[in-house]
Amino acid sequence: MATRKSAPQAAARKPAAKSGKKDFNGGTFLDFDKETELKAYREMMLIRRFEEKAGQLYGMGFIGGFCHLYIGQEAVVVGMQMALKEGDQVITGYRDHGHMLACGMSARGVMAELTGRRGGLSKGKGGSMHMFSKEKNFYGGHGIVGAQVSLGTGLAFANHYRGNDNVSVSYFGDGAANQGQVYESFNMAALWKLPAIYVIENNRYAMGTAVSRASAQTDFSMRGASFGIPGYQVDGMDVRAVAAAAEEAVAHCRSGKGPLILEMLTYRYRGHSMSDPAKYRSKDEVQKMRSEHDPIEQVRARLLEKGWASEEELRAIDKDVRDIVADSAEFAQSDPEPDVSELYTDILL
Amino acid sequence: MPIEILMPALSPTMEEGKLSKWLKKEGDAVKSGDVIAEIETDKATMEVEAVDEGTIGKLLVAAGTEGVKVNAPIAVLLQDGESADAAAKAPAAAPAPAPVAASPAPAAAAAAAPVPAAPKSEPASDPDIPAGTEMVTMTVREALRDAMAEEMRAHDDVFIMGEEVAEYQGAYKITQGLLQEFGPRRVVDTPITEHGFAGVGVGAAMAGLRPIVEFMTFNFAMQAIDHIINSAAKTLYMSGGQMGAPIVFRGANGAAARVAAQHSQDYAAWYSHIPGLKVIQPYTAADAKGLLKAAIRDPNPVIFLENEILYGQSFEVPKMDDFVLPIGKARIHRRGNDATLVSFGIGMTYAVKAADELAKEGIDVEVIDLRTIRPMDLPTVIESVRKTGRLVTVEEGFPQSSVGTEIATRVMQQAFDYLDAPVLTIAGKDVPMPYAANLEKLALPNVGEVVQAVKTVCYR
Repeated sequence: MATRKSAPQAAARKPAAKSGKKDFNGGTFLDFDKETELKAYREMMLIRRFEEKAGQLYGMGFIGGFCHLYIGQEAVVVGMQMALKEGDQVITGYRDHGHMLACGMSARGVMAELTGRRGGLSKGKGGSMHMFSKEKNFYGGHGIVGAQVSLGTGLAFANHYRGNDNVSVSYFGDGAANQGQVYESFNMAALWKLPAIYVIENNRYAMGTAVSRASAQTDFSMRGASFGIPGYQVDGMDVRAVAAAAEEAVAHCRSGKGPLILEMLTYRYRGHSMSDPAKYRSKDEVQKMRSEHDPIEQVRARLLEKGWASEEELRAIDKDVRDIVADSAEFAQSDPEPDVSELYTDILL
Repeated sequence: MPIEILMPALSPTMEEGKLSKWLKKEGDAVKSGDVIAEIETDKATMEVEAVDEGTIGKLLVAAGTEGVKVNAPIAVLLQDGESADAAAKAPAAAPAPAPVAASPAPAAAAAAAPVPAAPKSEPASDPDIPAGTEMVTMTVREALRDAMAEEMRAHDDVFIMGEEVAEYQGAYKITQGLLQEFGPRRVVDTPITEHGFAGVGVGAAMAGLRPIVEFMTFNFAMQAIDHIINSAAKTLYMSGGQMGAPIVFRGANGAAARVAAQHSQDYAAWYSHIPGLKVIQPYTAADAKGLLKAAIRDPNPVIFLENEILYGQSFEVPKMDDFVLPIGKARIHRRGNDATLVSFGIGMTYAVKAADELAKEGIDVEVIDLRTIRPMDLPTVIESVRKTGRLVTVEEGFPQSSVGTEIATRVMQQAFDYLDAPVLTIAGKDVPMPYAANLEKLALPNVGEVVQAVKTVCYR
């Protein structure tokens, strides 16, 4: 019985209790100016509309295989990007469309990759889960759960080796957080003081398994504790809290203090993939998140309340975004499939 | 123009489903993301979300309808200012919102296209060694170290990481002296964490560095094989050529002596299965040096399979400033006319001894050292078979799906008319490696088996 009791006590001793530690889950957030709010609104809206369109194209049979949508989690990647500079690297798993758009990769390139066309970012050879951009320092797009954590640690290793001040950001989910290689990576990153930011997007479900059914310690910000890696829980539905945590993490890593973990408390509205009916959670739960915590609606409400944008101006942004998405969808359907000669290219250099 | 809402597919294989329930009725306003209906297949019930905004003009399929085809219009959405009349005039064929391609499955056209031929690799020949070049006797161990040291001197991006590579000077002393010359930044001791450091190595390679990842033995690389194959070998293809992983995975491979099943396995056939990898298994010190230098310079992931028993064996190595050998080129180790023996790595020790014995009995054997398993230099093998008409392969790995069976298949396909006897493949026995000395000896190939096999194909 004693061991049962010790678990919550251990949780209560989490670093958040330490004096001077910031609280990004309801406490600290960045006060956005008008431009930043508008930028956040636009970028999150682009991801949402893009994903809705991807879902539709999937339903129409234009997109094959697996298709994992990011709807609901937009504030995480948009807030994180705000703290990054040219040269910083980003890597993630297979729920990657939002990350690519936030990194500045073209909507056309992403959508055409989803439909497997030659104008796709991987020439149609990667699909939804595998896109990369050297130019934007986006390193994929990985389909093996947790693999991106070791790879992202390797990106940080390269920065450290070269002595530059770039940081790498590795995104992974609450499911991946239980993979062994994550802790192998944490150990090396802490041992060598690598500039690695680990962003755990805790959307509460690893496919259909609720966090509490899969994780002995459900506070993922604690997962680096045995390696001495500091961690924060962050309100991942509030882009201002994400941006504040991102600034903290980036400053920590750039100054040579080693890795840092950010647990983003977030939520995916859609199923795990397109063929997931999401019967493992109630409709009320989903509806409550959507109506009370939606990351885009939060920004929208602030913009209107502060008088920084009128309904009409927001509609204009919406239309702009819709046009970009519609254009990408049209391109993705009209662009030809890869030439058959591509079958045997890009295997070896 | 009114927008038709189409019956969505839940998966690429779904063709029809039941429209079980409408959650909106005609006249209702709809926003992006609103759930408008539920559909059902034999596997699941799913919600249909609206993508576009507007007002439901008409529901075209009644709730409860079974067998609704994917992509059939199920409702009409009116835009601002459109009347319900417009709904009736909605275009019947155009799926929302007017996609350009008529069919969502253009793959059908491509399926009919012939499969393009796989490109042929044409490896370069070994460099000429100028007359009068001094030959230095050195062990395979020293040759490997020199190869790494030379490449590290030439390029700052090259570094080595692995267990015990630095302070301990290498578990098998392959990295002797490297820490002293290059320091801890470039000679990196890792924790015992193969999966993790293989991934770190691949990540560093994707960022443009040139890692050499040492596995103490390749048996432990099974923990890391996901990164070797899924992360290193496939990224170039998955990225449409944008990003690759210039990395060398090297270390002791195959059986050593009396270390039992988990520490005694040859991975040549395993890795040779994978497109996107190059696989090298040298025998001599000169090949070890020249090919490791080539592997480090290669922009692709390379598996470099060494052998603990060969580490201490000495060979002549040309003393040259920059001795680099071509990957993918076999070496004729001994010329002969009566039969061809093909082997690689430690398998060569059996082949060479067997050829000596057979010579005494008047059988003149040509011995080919493959050196590279992938890409495989089959033309050199075929040319020899065309001359000798007889072929025996030798390796220590397991017999099923072995390198030898691959060679036998391809020779049968490409040089059938030249064969005077079935190809024989000598491999390790089809058992986990036993510990007992007598059983271990039985599990490995032996010179007698090779001699007998050559006699058999020569009908002697």
